[in-house]
Amino acid sequence: MKSSRRKFIRMAGFAALGWSICPSLAGAAVEAGPKLYFKGEEQLSATQWAMAVDTKKLTRQVMNKCIEACHTLHNVPEIDSNQNIKWLWIEPFRNLFYDQSHPNLTDMANKPFLALCNHCENPPCVRVCPTKATFKRPDGIVLMDFHRCIGCRFCMAGCPYGSRSFNFFDPRRYLEQLDPEYPTRTKGVVEKCEFCAHRLDKGQMPACVEASEGALLFGDLSDSSSDVRRALRERYSLVRKPKLGTGPNVYYLI
Amino acid sequence: MLEKAIKGNVLYWGWLFFLLAIIGVGAGAYMMQLEQGLGITGLNRDVSWGFYIAQFTFLVGVAASAVMMVIPKYLHNFKAFGRMLILGEFLAIAAVSMCLMFIIADLGQPQRLMNVLLHPSPNSILFWDMIVLNGYLFLNLLIGWVTLQSERKQVAPPKWIMPFIYLSIPWAVSIHTVTAFLYAGLPGRDFWLTAVMAPSFLASAFAAGPALLILLGLAVKVFAKWDPGKESIQALAKIVVYAMSVHLFIVACKVFTAFYSQIPDKLYHYKFLYLGLDGHTTLATFSWVAIAAGVIAVIILLNPRNRQAENVLAFSCILILLSTWIDKGLGLISAGFIPNPMKQVVLYTPTQPELLITLAIWAKGFLILTILYKVAVGVKKEIEA
Amino acid sequence: MYHANKIIPGLVIFGLLMTFPFWFNIGSAAYSTPELVLPEDHEFCVESVEYMRAEHMSMLNEWRDAYVRDGYGEYQSMLTGQMYPMSLTKTCMNCHNNKEEFCDRCHASVSVDPYCWDCHIEPQGVE
Repeated sequence: MKSSRRKFIRMAGFAALGWSICPSLAGAAVEAGPKLYFKGEEQLSATQWAMAVDTKKLTRQVMNKCIEACHTLHNVPEIDSNQNIKWLWIEPFRNLFYDQSHPNLTDMANKPFLALCNHCENPPCVRVCPTKATFKRPDGIVLMDFHRCIGCRFCMAGCPYGSRSFNFFDPRRYLEQLDPEYPTRTKGVVEKCEFCAHRLDKGQMPACVEASEGALLFGDLSDSSSDVRRALRERYSLVRKPKLGTGPNVYYLI
Repeated sequence: MLEKAIKGNVLYWGWLFFLLAIIGVGAGAYMMQLEQGLGITGLNRDVSWGFYIAQFTFLVGVAASAVMMVIPKYLHNFKAFGRMLILGEFLAIAAVSMCLMFIIADLGQPQRLMNVLLHPSPNSILFWDMIVLNGYLFLNLLIGWVTLQSERKQVAPPKWIMPFIYLSIPWAVSIHTVTAFLYAGLPGRDFWLTAVMAPSFLASAFAAGPALLILLGLAVKVFAKWDPGKESIQALAKIVVYAMSVHLFIVACKVFTAFYSQIPDKLYHYKFLYLGLDGHTTLATFSWVAIAAGVIAVIILLNPRNRQAENVLAFSCILILLSTWIDKGLGLISAGFIPNPMKQVVLYTPTQPELLITLAIWAKGFLILTILYKVAVGVKKEIEA
Repeated sequence: MYHANKIIPGLVIFGLLMTFPFWFNIGSAAYSTPELVLPEDHEFCVESVEYMRAEHMSMLNEWRDAYVRDGYGEYQSMLTGQMYPMSLTKTCMNCHNNKEEFCDRCHASVSVDPYCWDCHIEPQGVE
C-alpha cells in the first residue's frame, strides 16, 4: 500500500511535467509565412555611425541647446538627486579625460565638454547583458530594448564611461510635459543615448546634432567623405579611455 | 522525513515565529520597493549595486564551503565528517536560496526575470551564474536528501548518487569562481579587474563558510542536544584558520600592488577602502575592523589549545565572520564603484527599507536552515536512539 | 483508509478552494462582450477583425522586436497589401485614439493589465 501510493504520486508528478513541457515543444515549430516586414525607404544606413564633438564650438549656450533637444525629445526626466538620468550632459575636461590630463593644464582642465554614450565598437555593456536587452545594430549603434531589460544593472557596472542611467522611480513622476513622439520608460529599466536610431531610420540626423550649430558632426566612419572622417583628418582628436580597447565612436576635436 | 519539522518544542516554534515576523516586516518593505522602484534604496547612478548584491556575494562563499567537508569525506575517506556533512549540505541549500532571493530583490523588473531563460546570452557571466547557482542548489538538495534518507534506513547511499557527489566538488568551486568573474571581467573597474579575484573569493569563502558551520554545529549541540562530534569541529577549525590566513595574505598582495605601483586607476579605490577619499572615512574604519578581526582570529586559532576550547573557538569564528562579511558585504561593492568612472566620489549608504529587505532575506535563509536542520538532527537522533 | 478523518476533510477543503472562482461568481451577471467604440472614418484595421481580435497581442510583440531590434519600420498588411508604419502610438492609436473606449474595455473585462502604456504615451482623448 505504502509503496504503491508513493509510486502513484511520483507518476502523477512526471505526467504533470510532461503535460507542461509538451505544448511548449509543439509551439517551438513556428510556421514561416510571407515576408511582412520592410525597411522604410528614407532610412539612413552606415557601417559605423560616429560623432565628432568640435570642442572649440562648444559654448554653454550650444551645449544646453543640445541637451534640451535630446532630453525633451526622449522624455528624459530632470531629477535633482544622484538617482538622476542623463543621456547627454556637461562634464569638464579633467573628469572626462582625467587620464590624459595633468595639474598644469589649468584652462583646458576646467573647460566643459559634452558627454554621452560612446557607442563602442566593442561594447562591454552588450557583452555583460544577460538578456540581450542591450545589443549592437549592424550600423554600429549600441541600442537598448527597454521592453526586455530586467534591471540587473550589470551594464552600468560594465560601462567604463558612466554613460548609463537607471530608472529608480517611474520617470513620469518627474516629467511635466510628455513628447508623444517617443515613449517614456518604466521604473526599473536602464537607459542611455541611442544616437537617435529612431530618427536615422526616418532619414533625420540626431536631435543634438541638429541643435548644435555645427558643434556636433555625425556620419559614417567607413565613408571617407563623411563630415566626421574629414574632421578627423584635419584636426587633432581624443577618445575617452582608449587603453580599454572598447573602441569609442565619439571623438573630441581639440 | 519532513514530518520531523512539524514536531518541536516551544523554543523551536518561538524561533520560527520570530523569523516569520522579520520576514513579514521585510515583505512590507519589498512591496514598497515593487510599487515605487529601487529609488527607495540608497543606490544611485554611480553606485548602482549595493547591499543586496554584496550579501549575495558573501553568501555564495558560505554555500561553496560545503565542499570543504565533501572533499575530505569522499576523496580522503575522512570519516569524522560523515556525522556532520549533512549540516554543510543543508547550509549550502539555505545559502544558495538566499543568494537567489538577493538577486531577485536587486532586479528593477523582477517580473521579467524569465527573460534570462527566454533570451539566453552565454556571453554574459550573469547567465552562467544563474546556471551554476541553480545547479548547486539542485545538487545539494538531491545529495542531502538521498544520503539522509539512506542513513535513516541504515543502508549505504545508492550508487547512482556518487557521480552527483563528485560533481558537486568542482561545482562548488565554480559557483564562487563564476561569481568572482561577474566583477573581475569588467573593463574600467580597476578595483575588481584582477586575476586574483576568484582565488581570493574562494579563500574567504573557505574561512567564512566553515566558521559559520562551526557556530551552527555548536548551536545544534546546545539547542538540539545532538553533538556533531569533536573531531569534525576541530578539523573545520583548522580549515578556517588556514583559509583565513590565505585570505589575509591575498588582501595584503592586492594592497601592495595598488600602493607600490601608485597607478591612480587602482590606487584611488584602495585609498577609499583603507584611508578614505575626500574625507569620507566610514568605510575605511570598517575595513580596519575587518583586518583587525581577521588577524586576531588567526593568531588565536593558530594555537591548538585555543581551538580546542569551544568558547574561544566560537568567539574566533564570530570574528572571522565579521571580518569576511565586512570585506565582501561592505567593502567589495562600494570600493569597486567609488570613485566613479569620472574619478568623482559619490557615496552610497543603504536605506532603512533596504536594510529591512536584507534582514528579511537573511531570516528566510535561517528559516530554511532551521527546518532542514530540524529534519537532519531528528533523523540522526532517531537512528542513534 | 488510514487517517480518513483527516484526509476526507482535507479533500473537501481542497475541492472548495479549487472551485472558488465558480461558486464565488454564482448570482453575478453573466459575461457579456464589451461594447467598443470603433473609429468611424476607417473601414479596415491592419488585418481582418477576427485576426486582430485573436492575435493583436502577439502581433504587437512581433512588431516590437522587428522595429526595435531588427530595424524594420513598415508592415505589409496581409488583408490589403497596404504598408503601415509599425508603431503602437502612431499607427494603432492613430485610429483607436481613445484608450478607455477601446483598449481598456476588453482588457478590463478579461482582467488583463498590459503595461504598454507605462511607457508608450496614449493620445489625449478625442480632439
